[in-house]
Amino acid sequence: MDILSLLNDLLFDYTLRTVALGSAVLGIVSGALGSYAVLRKQSLLGDAMSHAALPGIAIAFLLTGSKISLVLILGAAIAGWIATLIIMSIVRTTRIKYDTALGMILSVFFGFGLVLLTIIQKRPDATQAGLDKFLFGQAAALLERDVITMALLGSVAIATMLVFWKQFKLLSFDPDFGATLGFPMRFLDVVLTTLIVIAIVTGLQTVGVVLMSAMIVAPASAARQWTDRLGPMIFLSAAFGALAGVSGALLSSSISRLPTGPTIVLCVSAIVVLSIFLAPARGLVWSWFRDRRNRGRLRLEGMLEDLYSLALQHKDPGHAHPVSVLRLMSADKGGVDNSLRKLEEQGLVRRVKSEDWALTKEGIEHARQIIKLGVGEGQ
Amino acid sequence: MSGEQIEIQIIASLVAVTCAIPGVFLVLRRMAMMSDAISHAILLGIVLAFFAIHDISSPLLIIGAALSGVLTVSIVELLNKTKLVKEDAAIGLVFPVLFSIGVILIARYAWSIHLDVHAVLLGELAFAPFDRLTVGGFDLGPKSLYVMGTILLINLIFILLFYKELKISTFDAGLAAALGFSPGLIHYGLMGLVSVTAVGAFDAVGSILVVALMVTPPAAAYLLTDKLSYMIILSAVIGVVSAISGFWLAILLDANIAGSMATMAGLVFLIVFLFAPDRGIVAIARRRSRQRWEFAGKMLAIHLLNHEGTPDEKRESQVEHLEENLCWKEGFANKVIKYAESKGILIHDRGMLRLTGYGREYAMKSVTDEST
Repeated sequence: MDILSLLNDLLFDYTLRTVALGSAVLGIVSGALGSYAVLRKQSLLGDAMSHAALPGIAIAFLLTGSKISLVLILGAAIAGWIATLIIMSIVRTTRIKYDTALGMILSVFFGFGLVLLTIIQKRPDATQAGLDKFLFGQAAALLERDVITMALLGSVAIATMLVFWKQFKLLSFDPDFGATLGFPMRFLDVVLTTLIVIAIVTGLQTVGVVLMSAMIVAPASAARQWTDRLGPMIFLSAAFGALAGVSGALLSSSISRLPTGPTIVLCVSAIVVLSIFLAPARGLVWSWFRDRRNRGRLRLEGMLEDLYSLALQHKDPGHAHPVSVLRLMSADKGGVDNSLRKLEEQGLVRRVKSEDWALTKEGIEHARQIIKLGVGEGQ
Repeated sequence: MSGEQIEIQIIASLVAVTCAIPGVFLVLRRMAMMSDAISHAILLGIVLAFFAIHDISSPLLIIGAALSGVLTVSIVELLNKTKLVKEDAAIGLVFPVLFSIGVILIARYAWSIHLDVHAVLLGELAFAPFDRLTVGGFDLGPKSLYVMGTILLINLIFILLFYKELKISTFDAGLAAALGFSPGLIHYGLMGLVSVTAVGAFDAVGSILVVALMVTPPAAAYLLTDKLSYMIILSAVIGVVSAISGFWLAILLDANIAGSMATMAGLVFLIVFLFAPDRGIVAIARRRSRQRWEFAGKMLAIHLLNHEGTPDEKRESQVEHLEENLCWKEGFANKVIKYAESKGILIHDRGMLRLTGYGREYAMKSVTDEST
């Protein structure tokens, strides 16, 4: 399938358009709100919430008998909320640590959800078909009205986020300061947690409870590499989420037997890997280059200093010294010839005899400057 | 009870005990979520090992999967070392990727064979008795019994051999390092153990409920005891209780066994959480309320003692006066007086309060000796 026909399908094929739109909404909402979860070190809370949503979905279905996404999402949200509440109260009242409470609630809720699902599946009527799509998600089964529900909920969540922008910023970076300013931090915490729950449950249908946590953590972690500012981070995170959602949906629709949820997760993880390596300033590749450049510069400066201090023993600061002496003084034995060649290119040293080197006039000037500034502070 | 049912319960109990042992250390070392990451990531290991050897029941599968668990841990640590992502985010980033690759591989290449995602994720204990080990025509029982038995043995040997090292490095990592134990060795040993256990339990209960069995019983045991050895034993007992009661719940509801086991484990935790003798919610609430009355009674006694024999004694000893002086609400003041009366601290006589001899002594002691 070439790009053009894919684009054509994207615009005019009902299923593909719905799936791509749904995945984009999911990516935007979870990317934006996930930023807060990551910044507040609650990445794994998303994991717990999404697993814990399962019994909520089952109970919502058992109570209402309906499979309308709004009903199921509501059930999921309530269960995710209760799970969060229990985790917090366990941590507050006992000596059990946060990670244990998370793991426990996550798995127990999920187990309970499974029990309910198996009970539902054994009911004689066939109405239950499709509930287990919440396990791994089934983007292909998204209907237009599901996408509309997701978009509505997502817009409400993002609008709320924008309204409380300043407060949530305080909550994420300095809640104590916020409290001294008189903001109701506990209430804001509850609101923000609720928004994150909404972000999670709107995505469940598409990527499923098992992988939903990745959609909360990954776009935000990728965005974090590119910027130190909250606004750009949230914007980027939402963009990454949408990009991953759409590309994952397209990939899985054009290649057979490629499940959507895992494909979206792989796409978003690829963005994370690229960001970790390539983001300017923080990225591994750049910091590797920077380290290398610094190391090289320090080595050259050390060489100049060595030559200068040797020359100080003589009347003439341009006095030549054999390379063997420099080798003795240098920390890395092998790099001496290399460094001398580089210094020669810069016109700071000159070769007097085949094995003897001396500082040039510029070299002397440079060495004096380095010594004045102190080693390693020459920037 | 049929033979199959007995066998399922034995296997379930074995799985629970095997999971509880490394789980204790995960809980104590604040690495509970690592079990979540490992149990998801081993799916990829199982799939890859299956592609390599084409035999679903080979023990090599377990080793391959366990390696992928350890790999997960090292990737998480590598990611942490870059300091580019937050520590908890690293876990949340790594395992979904490995799990997704596993799911995609199954969906694309292994969909026709006996490796389906649901079974891997949810486990199906009910089928465990059908896969039997036969040697020379003799039926030696279900295979998973032997697999789990072996893993339990490995766990026990590891814990017994390195009990001291595990204990010290868990409770005082600094001391352990100073004594020359290699923290890395213990750490990776434990992670290897968790991986092997997760792989073994995976078949029976699926990847997410492995977490339930690893974390929940130790969490409950943690509220019941302060001794490591008791905690291990208690976790095992709680695990077995959850396993067997979970099995019967599943029979009763005709539901997934592993899910019921997790549900029961959660229920046991809830009971412990509420009613544990020292650390349960009820015990804490009762202690708080006792302390509240004791403190109020003490305050009242000291107040009375303070004004005894002074000109304003009459005024200060009136019940109404307490409300403004000690800022007590009316109902509360009356309750405190009743409490103090029942303890023999004072006598309530027509709106006037008088300390008894014992009450005087009690007040003196409270003032001079803070530890009472």
